[in-house]
Amino acid sequence: MNTLASRSAAPAPRRWRPAPLQIFIALCVLLVVLALCSAASGAVRIPLGHWLALWSAPADPQATFFRNVLLEVRLPRIVFAIVVGAGLAISGAAMQALFRNPLAEPGLIGVSLGGALGAVGAIVLGAHSLLVIAPAAFAGSLVATFAAYRLGSRQPGVANLLLAGVAINAICASVIGVFTYQATDVQLRNLTFWNMGSLAGASWPMLAWLAPWVLGLSALLIRDWRAMNALLLGEREAQHLGFALRRLRHRIVILAALIVGPLVAVAGTISFVGLVIPHLVRLPLGADHRWLLPNTLVAGALALTLADWVARLIVTPAELPIGIVTALVGGPFLLWMLTRRRA
Amino acid sequence: MMLRSLRLLAFAALFLSPALQAAGPQRVVSLGGPITEIVYALGAGERLVGADASSVYPPATDKLPKVGYYRGFSVEGVIGLQPQLVLASDQSGPPTAMAQIQKLGVPVVLLPSDPSLEALEKRIEGVAAALGLAEAGKQQIARLRAEVAQLTRTPHPVRVLLLSAHSGKLQAAGAGSSPDALLRLVGAQNIFTGKGYKPLSAEAAAALQPDVIVTTTQSAAASGGAAGFLAQPGLAVTPAARNGRIVVMDDLLLLGFGPRLPEALRVLQDGLAPRR
Repeated sequence: MNTLASRSAAPAPRRWRPAPLQIFIALCVLLVVLALCSAASGAVRIPLGHWLALWSAPADPQATFFRNVLLEVRLPRIVFAIVVGAGLAISGAAMQALFRNPLAEPGLIGVSLGGALGAVGAIVLGAHSLLVIAPAAFAGSLVATFAAYRLGSRQPGVANLLLAGVAINAICASVIGVFTYQATDVQLRNLTFWNMGSLAGASWPMLAWLAPWVLGLSALLIRDWRAMNALLLGEREAQHLGFALRRLRHRIVILAALIVGPLVAVAGTISFVGLVIPHLVRLPLGADHRWLLPNTLVAGALALTLADWVARLIVTPAELPIGIVTALVGGPFLLWMLTRRRA
Repeated sequence: MMLRSLRLLAFAALFLSPALQAAGPQRVVSLGGPITEIVYALGAGERLVGADASSVYPPATDKLPKVGYYRGFSVEGVIGLQPQLVLASDQSGPPTAMAQIQKLGVPVVLLPSDPSLEALEKRIEGVAAALGLAEAGKQQIARLRAEVAQLTRTPHPVRVLLLSAHSGKLQAAGAGSSPDALLRLVGAQNIFTGKGYKPLSAEAAAALQPDVIVTTTQSAAASGGAAGFLAQPGLAVTPAARNGRIVVMDDLLLLGFGPRLPEALRVLQDGLAPRR
């Protein structure tokens, strides 16, 4: 932490690092605090002090109104931000472990652009309802990932998977371009939703399946922490240590696609969280996936909750697209962390 | 002229407003530029407590809190203004946001958005009814009909190309777009056969050989005025550029299809009229 002091001592003593569990607890506490702050602010002013009164006066029309705003608009949105952020971040961490490359992110295997392609295609071909568009996005995610995986795993090693992913992404992007060209003015406006991401679609019925789905699959990802740690040593080393790499790769790709696919389908493509959050967590914590994965999960939730809070507050009564905020806040923050570590 | 009469109307409404206070919702949020225009045209502008980002006419809209673009507005932004009524284009969204607003007990009136005279009348009728100003709405529609009917529909034999050029890329407006509908109403021929707004290459523009080019103020300004617009590659070799035939119209007037329709038709007709 205080780098200057530790540098002056000649064989540098081990820098103090907070224990992983401490970080985890701190992140959780921070998440709860942030969620409360976010819930307490918005275009409708509901002072924290009135919160108890809201539930003690069930008949008062003002209290009913506040209660409805909280329960129907704000809370689902905050929970949505938590779920989406957690899912994106942990998939990013798993991808970085699989590819042994800090630049990996869930989008690398085609999940994001495949999903966007599904959604954009559905919109341009005439779908209006989310009931059609969301499944189309999910299907797009899975098909793109499946194609990248099948074509990329003909030869051993992840390099091929990586290249296949790049190619699939390029194809998806160009087909999106074709659809965008074909789109009417009206459709074009709707397309921006999928390109910049949005949390405006939050509702309890949707969260009722999305939250358990994402958290359950994330737990399955965390179960593989030993194999991911072994991968840090190298693919061959991991194999010699007795991990079935092919099956592991299979599992991670499928899990990441199953987590990120639905997220793209309901929230569009939100950039940056999957790429940067694992980094941020690795900086103080190191690369032990046993702790990296759960911490990334919470940190991702934290980051997107924060971004959503900013997005809702900064231009009230309007709001910014969430994808813009994540990149705008996350980019400089990462740069700052990186330069601080070097210094 | 229309502008002046509108201002007069708005002015009169200021004095009449105590009488109007009696009926109808007094806190209104409008989502969609043309709908906001209608509210003002009906003299109910002072009831607006918020509008979307596309509401830029009349100038009084500058002072309204903006809740974002109507296709992606913020629920809390709208609710926070405590409206008694939300007037929304049927293109407003996202759908979840519309549902949430209704769930919170705020009445939402959806209005048709297509660029046609019938839809415009329905828009005016719908807004007027929702505001409790049905009578004023009827008068507005009658006046609109009379003015549109007055505008002669002698077919102009001119071949017109509707262009916009934001960030240097030409876009042509085809069937189904608002400028195309205006062109049909004045009886001129749109020579671009595509649907909606489509990018147009310099070569394709040259091949179309338009007699007159119609564009928006912002597009013309982007290339340094009407002359600069016509000097662009592709356009420079058209008959329109040779004869300096370009009609530059205010963006909302050309694209909005609101209560200023007669004014839009008049400007367009004047611009297309054969030169002596």
